[in-house]
Amino acid sequence: MTSGPTDRYTRTAIALHWLLGLAMLGSFCVGLYMSDLPLSPQRLKLFNWHKWAGITILALSALRLLWRLTHRPPADLAMPAWQQRAAHLTHRALYLLFFAVPLVGWAYSSAAGFPVVVFGVLPLPDFVAPDKALAEAIKPLHGYLAYTLAALVLVHVGAALKHQFIDHDGLLARMWPARS
Amino acid sequence: MKTYLAVSAIAVAAAFAGPACAQQLVPAGSEIAFTSKQMGVPVDGKFRKFDAQVAFDPKKPEAAKIGFTIDLASVSLGAAETEAEIAKGDWFDTKKFPQATFQSASVKAAGPGKFEVAGKLTIKGASQNVVVPVTLAQAGANTTASGAFVIKRLDFKIGDGDWKDTSMVANDVQVKFKLALTGVGAL
Repeated sequence: MTSGPTDRYTRTAIALHWLLGLAMLGSFCVGLYMSDLPLSPQRLKLFNWHKWAGITILALSALRLLWRLTHRPPADLAMPAWQQRAAHLTHRALYLLFFAVPLVGWAYSSAAGFPVVVFGVLPLPDFVAPDKALAEAIKPLHGYLAYTLAALVLVHVGAALKHQFIDHDGLLARMWPARS
Repeated sequence: MKTYLAVSAIAVAAAFAGPACAQQLVPAGSEIAFTSKQMGVPVDGKFRKFDAQVAFDPKKPEAAKIGFTIDLASVSLGAAETEAEIAKGDWFDTKKFPQATFQSASVKAAGPGKFEVAGKLTIKGASQNVVVPVTLAQAGANTTASGAFVIKRLDFKIGDGDWKDTSMVANDVQVKFKLALTGVGAL
C-alpha cells in the first residue's frame, strides 16, 4: 500500500455496507435455490425466510440511504475521470436496486395472494391486490432485477479488488471493518 | 314387529311431511371457507361443492336436525400447486375420504336469532364433537345462517407426516360459513 487513506467511511456506513452485503448474498443464494423446490415444509420455510430477509434489507437500505444523504463519504481517490463516473453510476444503480428488488418481491408475494408477515408476527400491508395474472407478470421481474443487482455487485467487487491489488491506492481500507 | 314398523313408518312420514324439513340450501348464496396460517401468513381456501340437509324450525330449535356433506376435492386455494398437494394422503386424502360430514346432535337457542349447534364433525375418518355458533338473518323468503368456529387440523390428521410441525402450519384452522336457506319459518 503506497498511500494510506486519510479518510474513512463512518463506522455506521461500514457496518451497514458489510451487513447488507452479506444479507443480500444470502438472500440471492436462497432465492436461487428455493424457486425450483417442490412444495414441502422446507420450501415454505425458505420462502418465508427469504421474504423476511428481503424486508429487513429494504428497511436497512432506507436507513443506509438516509445515512448516506446526511454524511459525506470520503472524497474520490485519484483515478481517471471515466472510472470516477463509472463508480458513481454503479453506486447509484446499486442503491436503486437495494429498493427495487425487495419492493418488487413484496409486490409479487402480495399479488400471489400471500401477504408478507415479517418474522411470522408483523403483517405488512399489500400494496398490490391479489391478482394471478399480475403475479405471473411480476415474478420474472423480481428475478431480472436480482440478477442485475448481482452483476453490479460483481462489478463493484471487481473494481475494489483492482484498486487493492493493481492500483494499491488504499481504497478498500476506507471500507474495511478494522483499521489495519 | 308390525307395530314397530308402523310406528317407524309414521315417524318417517312425519319427518318428511312436516314443515320442519322444507328447508333448501341455495348454493349460489352459500359459502364454506377456511383460513389456515403458514408461518403467520393467513391462507384462505373454500369449498365449491357441498350440501346441507336442514330440518329446522326457529320455534322448536331443540327438534332441529342439521347435516352437512362437503366434497373435499372441490377445495379452492387460489393456486393449482397447493390444490394438488392438499388432495394427497398427508392432507385430505380425497381418494380414500372424498367427503367431510357434520351431523348435529343438539341445537339450542342462544339469544335472538342465535343458536348453538353441537354435533359431530367427521373428516378423513376421524370424528370430533364441535359446537358451532350460528346467527340467522332473514330477508324475504331467504334465511342466511352464518358462523365461524375453530378446528385443530391434527385432530383429523390433516397435514400429517412432514407437515405435522405446527410452527410451519398452525394447528388452528378457522372455518367460516354462510348458508342461504329457503323455507325457514319466521324467527
